[in-house]
Amino acid sequence: MFVMQPAIEVRDLRKTFKVQRNREGLAGAIRDLFRRQYVEVTAVKDISFTIPRGEICGYIGENGAGKSTTIKMLAGILVPTSGTVRVAGYVPWREREKFVRHIGVVFGQRSQLWWDIGVIESFHLLRKVYRVPAADFRRRLDELVERLKLGDLLHRPVRKLSLGQRMRCELAASLLHNPAILFLDEPTIGLDIVVKTEIREFLLQLNREHGTTILLTTHDLQDIEALCSRVIMLDDGRIIYDGGLDELKARWSRGREIRLQFGEPVGLERLERLTADLPGVRWQLGEGMSAVMRVPREVGMSEALARVVGSGVDIRDIKFAETSTDEIVREIYRSGSAAGAERLVGVT
Amino acid sequence: MYLDLIRIRFLTMLAYRVNYYSGIIIYSVNIGAYFFFWHAIYGDQEAIRGFTLAQMTTYVAVTWMARAFYFNNLDREIANEVRDGSVAIQFVRPYHYLLVKLFQGFGEGLFRLVMFMVPGLIVVCLIFPIELPRDPAVWLLYAAMLVFSFLINSELNLLTGMGAFYFENIDGLIRMKRVVVDLFSGLLVPIALFPGWLADISQWLPFQAIAYLPSAVFTGQTSGEEALAAVGLQALWAAALIVPIRLLWRAARKRLFVQGG
Repeated sequence: MFVMQPAIEVRDLRKTFKVQRNREGLAGAIRDLFRRQYVEVTAVKDISFTIPRGEICGYIGENGAGKSTTIKMLAGILVPTSGTVRVAGYVPWREREKFVRHIGVVFGQRSQLWWDIGVIESFHLLRKVYRVPAADFRRRLDELVERLKLGDLLHRPVRKLSLGQRMRCELAASLLHNPAILFLDEPTIGLDIVVKTEIREFLLQLNREHGTTILLTTHDLQDIEALCSRVIMLDDGRIIYDGGLDELKARWSRGREIRLQFGEPVGLERLERLTADLPGVRWQLGEGMSAVMRVPREVGMSEALARVVGSGVDIRDIKFAETSTDEIVREIYRSGSAAGAERLVGVT
Repeated sequence: MYLDLIRIRFLTMLAYRVNYYSGIIIYSVNIGAYFFFWHAIYGDQEAIRGFTLAQMTTYVAVTWMARAFYFNNLDREIANEVRDGSVAIQFVRPYHYLLVKLFQGFGEGLFRLVMFMVPGLIVVCLIFPIELPRDPAVWLLYAAMLVFSFLINSELNLLTGMGAFYFENIDGLIRMKRVVVDLFSGLLVPIALFPGWLADISQWLPFQAIAYLPSAVFTGQTSGEEALAAVGLQALWAAALIVPIRLLWRAARKRLFVQGG
C-alpha cells in the first residue's frame, strides 16, 4: 500500500532553551561570576501537525509564541529537545546538508544574500552552493526575474536595495534550486501594500504552477486571507487552532453588524423593542446618535433591517460589517486560549 | 564552490581598502619596533643562544609577514554571527558552516599574502639587513609549512569561536587566545630564547607550530631532517585539532539558540 508522504509531519515537538538569568545589583553580578543561574524556557510545547504536499499553511501567533522556533526546527537550524519531525521525508537536523537542498527559507528580518556583492553574484554563488546545473539555473532565473521583476536589480549590490527590492531578491534566492517546500518567516514585514500584494500573487502562482508547499509565519492577517487555506494558531508554545480559515471565521466570528446613523436621538430600549422577537439580536449605542446592531447568522439580514426601517425612525446612514479576521484573532489572543475564545463566542 | 568562497572573500577584502592600508602601517611599525628593540638588546654581542642579530632581524620580519597570511578573525566572525542570529542562514545551506569559515579565512589569507606579505617582504628586505635562504628547497618547505600554520591557527580560531555557542560573550576569551597565540607561537620572542621550563612547555603546545617552527626553518635555525620533523609535527597538530572541533561542534549544534526570535 502506497500512501503519499506528507510534506511536513510533526509529532510531540518540544524545544527547551536554557536562558541565563542575571541577578540584580553589583553583589548579584559578582555572584553571577561564580555561579550562573539558568532558567529553562520551553518555547514549543509538544505540538503535532501534518501538512500535505501543495498546501499553503499560515502559522500565526503573537511574538514569543514559538512560531520562529518551530520554523527553525523544521528547517534543520535548531535541534529539537524531543519529538519527531519529518520534512520532505528527511529528519531535518540529522541529514541537514542533504535535506536543505529540498527546502527554501526566507527570513524577513535577515538577508541570505551577500551584502557587498551584486545580486547576480550572490545568485551565481548560490547556484554553486546548491550545485544547480547551468541550464536549469538559467531557466529558473529567467522565470524568477520576469515574475518578480528583478531585471534592473541584478547588478546592484544588496546594500543599495530598498527593503521591497531586497525581499523580492531574497525570494528569488530561496527558489533558485527549485525547492519542494518553502518556509517564510515574516516575509512581508515592513513592506508597503504594493509590494505585499505583488509578493502574495507571486506565491500563489508558485504554489499553483510548481505545487510548492508553503509554510509562512506572519503578523499580517491579510497575508493569511490572501494565501492560506489553512491556519495553525500558536499561543505560548501550544497549538490553539488548526483548521481552515473559513471555519475559524465561522466558529469565532461575532456575526454581522449593521451600523446605523440616526437623525434623531433614539433610546436603547426603543431599539431593543423593535427586534425583541428576533433571537440573539443585540444593540449597542454609539456616539452621536448612532447604534450598532449585531445580527447572529440564524437571523436574516433583511428581516433584521426591516424592523428598524419600517419603524419610522429617521435613519441617515446604514453600514454593514463582518467581523474581520483581525478582530477574531485579537479576541482569541485576548482571551488567552481556544477554550476561552469559545466561551466568548457563546456569549455573543 | 569552496573556490568561489575564497574568490568572494578576496573581492570583499579588496572592497575595504582602508583596512588594508592601515594593516600595512601596523605591520611596518611592529617590525620596525622589534628591529630596534633587538638591536638594543644585542648591543655588542655577536649572538644570543645561537641567534645572530641578522638572523633575529630576519626571524622577526618573516614571522610578522607570515602572520599576515595565517592570521584571521574567524573566531570573532563566528561570535558575531551567533550573537546577531545570522548564523541561522548558514544552517539552511547545504554546506558545512565551519568548512565555509575556513575557506573564507583562506581567501583572506591569500589576499594578504599577495597584496601585503610579498610586497611587504620586498620593502623590508630593502630597509633592514635580512638574510634570505638561498636553497629553493627551503622556500618550498616553508610554503608548505605556512599552509599548516594557517590550518592550525584557523582551527584554534574555530574552537574559540564555537565558545559563542556556550557563552553570551566571548570577547575576553578571544583576546586571551590572541595573547596566548602571539606569545607561545614565538611571534614576540623566538621560543629558543624562552627560559628552559617555558620552552619545554611550549614544545607540547600547538602554538609553536604556527609561527616558530616555520620561521626557524626559514632562518636556517632548523634544517635537514629536523626541518622535516617540524613539518611532521605541524601535520600532526593540524590533524589532532580536528577531534575537539568535531566534538564541540556536535554539542554546539544542540545548544544553538538563535537570537532575535
